[in-house]
Amino acid sequence: MTKQQANWSPYDNNGGSCVAIAGADYCVVAADTRMSTGYNILTRDYSKISQLAEKCVMASSGFQADVKALQKALSARHLIYQHQHNKQMSCPAMGQLLSNTLYYKRFFPYYAFNVLGGLDNEGKGCVFTYDAVGSYERVGYSSQGSGSTLIMPFLDNQLKSPSPLLLPAKDAVTPLSETEAVDLVKTVFASATERDIYTGDKVEIVILNASGIRREYMELRKD
Amino acid sequence: MDRVAETERTLYPYVTGSSVVAIKYKDGILMAADMGGSYGSTLRYKSVERVKPIGKHSLLGASGEISDFQEILRYLDELILYDNMWDDGNSLGPKEVHNYLTRVMYNRRNKFNPLWNALVLGGVKNGQKYLGMVNMIGINFEDNHVATGLGNHLARPILRDEWHENLTFEEGVKLLEKCMRVLLYRDRSAVNKIQISKITEEGATVFPPFSLKTYWEFSAFKNPTLGAEGSW
Repeated sequence: MTKQQANWSPYDNNGGSCVAIAGADYCVVAADTRMSTGYNILTRDYSKISQLAEKCVMASSGFQADVKALQKALSARHLIYQHQHNKQMSCPAMGQLLSNTLYYKRFFPYYAFNVLGGLDNEGKGCVFTYDAVGSYERVGYSSQGSGSTLIMPFLDNQLKSPSPLLLPAKDAVTPLSETEAVDLVKTVFASATERDIYTGDKVEIVILNASGIRREYMELRKD
Repeated sequence: MDRVAETERTLYPYVTGSSVVAIKYKDGILMAADMGGSYGSTLRYKSVERVKPIGKHSLLGASGEISDFQEILRYLDELILYDNMWDDGNSLGPKEVHNYLTRVMYNRRNKFNPLWNALVLGGVKNGQKYLGMVNMIGINFEDNHVATGLGNHLARPILRDEWHENLTFEEGVKLLEKCMRVLLYRDRSAVNKIQISKITEEGATVFPPFSLKTYWEFSAFKNPTLGAEGSW
C-alpha cells in the first residue's frame, strides 16, 4: 500500500491571540477563547490563560498540547517553590523560570507563544513577552499569537511607549487608567477578529491589581 | 534515527476507522460511530466496534488506526484493574480517564511514535456530565458536542445549529442519526452499519448495530455530470 498522507508532524498551530498591558498599579492580560486547526474550529470556549502564582498569569497561543504541558510544568515548579520558600513566586521570578523552561527544550521546542503579566514586588504592573525558545524582555505591553501582527502596531500607536534606548531609562508602564486599558483590550480583540480567522468567539480578560484578581468576558464575532 | 526503529513506529496508519460523533444530552452522553475498518481505501472490515465502555463511568470512541485503539483499550483495562485492586470504593471517572489519555497520547508524540487516533471520551459521574477529545499529537479539549475526522466538517455545523442542553434520549439519537446520514452520503469510507452508545449515571449501553434509511434516487445522484460541459 502506498503512503496516502503527508509526513506526520508532531506540531500543529491552534491559533489564538494574547495581549498584556501593564499600568502603574494594575496589569491586564487577555486572550481569545477560540481553538482551531487549519480551517476547522475545534471549540469556541477554550481558556488560554493560566494563573501561575497569586500575582502572575500567563496567556499562551500556539500548539495547545505543548501549551498544556508548559502550564503543567510551571505549576509543578511553582508548587515546589512554595514548599521550599513558603511564599508565592514573584512575577519577575516566574518570568525567568518561563524563559529557562522554554530554553530547556531548545532543540525540540514547546511551540508556544506567551505573554506573562502580573504585579512585581513594588505592586507595579509588569509584562514579559517571549518567543518559543525562551528569548524574553520586560515591556510595558505586548501581544503574541496569530493576531499579533494586527494588534501590536495598534498598541504601539495608542500607547507610545518610551524607547528602551533612552538614558536614563524611562518606565515602560502605560499611562492609561485600568478601565481605559480594559477598553483598549476589547477594541484590539474586536479589530483582530475582523481579519484574523484564528481569533474570535470570546475574549477572556484578567485584571490584576492591589485588590486582587478579576475576570471579564466579551463576546466576539463567531465567523 | 535508525531504519530498524523507524519500522516499529506508526508513521502512517494501516486499518482505519472513520468519524465518531458524540453529544451531551439530558441524562448523559450519546456516541455514534460506524463499524467500518478501511485498509487504505479498501473497505476491509465491516464489524469493528469502535465505541467501548471504560470502567463504570466512561465511554471511549476512536477513529484512526484500529490496532492502536485496541492497544489503548489494553492500557485502560490495566489502569482500571490496578485502580480496582485498591478496593477503596473509589473509581476513575471520565475526567481522570480523559486526562490519562491526553498524557499517553502526548507522551507518545514526544517519542515520535504516535498512537494514530482521535479519541472521544464521554461519561457521567456524580451527576456531572463529561465529554472530551484527544488526538494523536495530544491536542485535547471538552465541549458539549464533539466529532472526529470528517465529522468535524460535516457533523459539527449541524450540532452547532441544533444541539441544546435538554435533548431527550430520543431527540439525541435523532440528531446523531442526522449527522451519521450526512456522513454516510459524503464520507467515502463510511459504511451503513452504525452503533449508537449511551452512558448515564446508571452505566453504559452499547446498542446493537443498525442501518440508516437512505435515498439515492435524486436526479443529481443518478447523473451527476449532466449539464457539466466537458465532463464525462
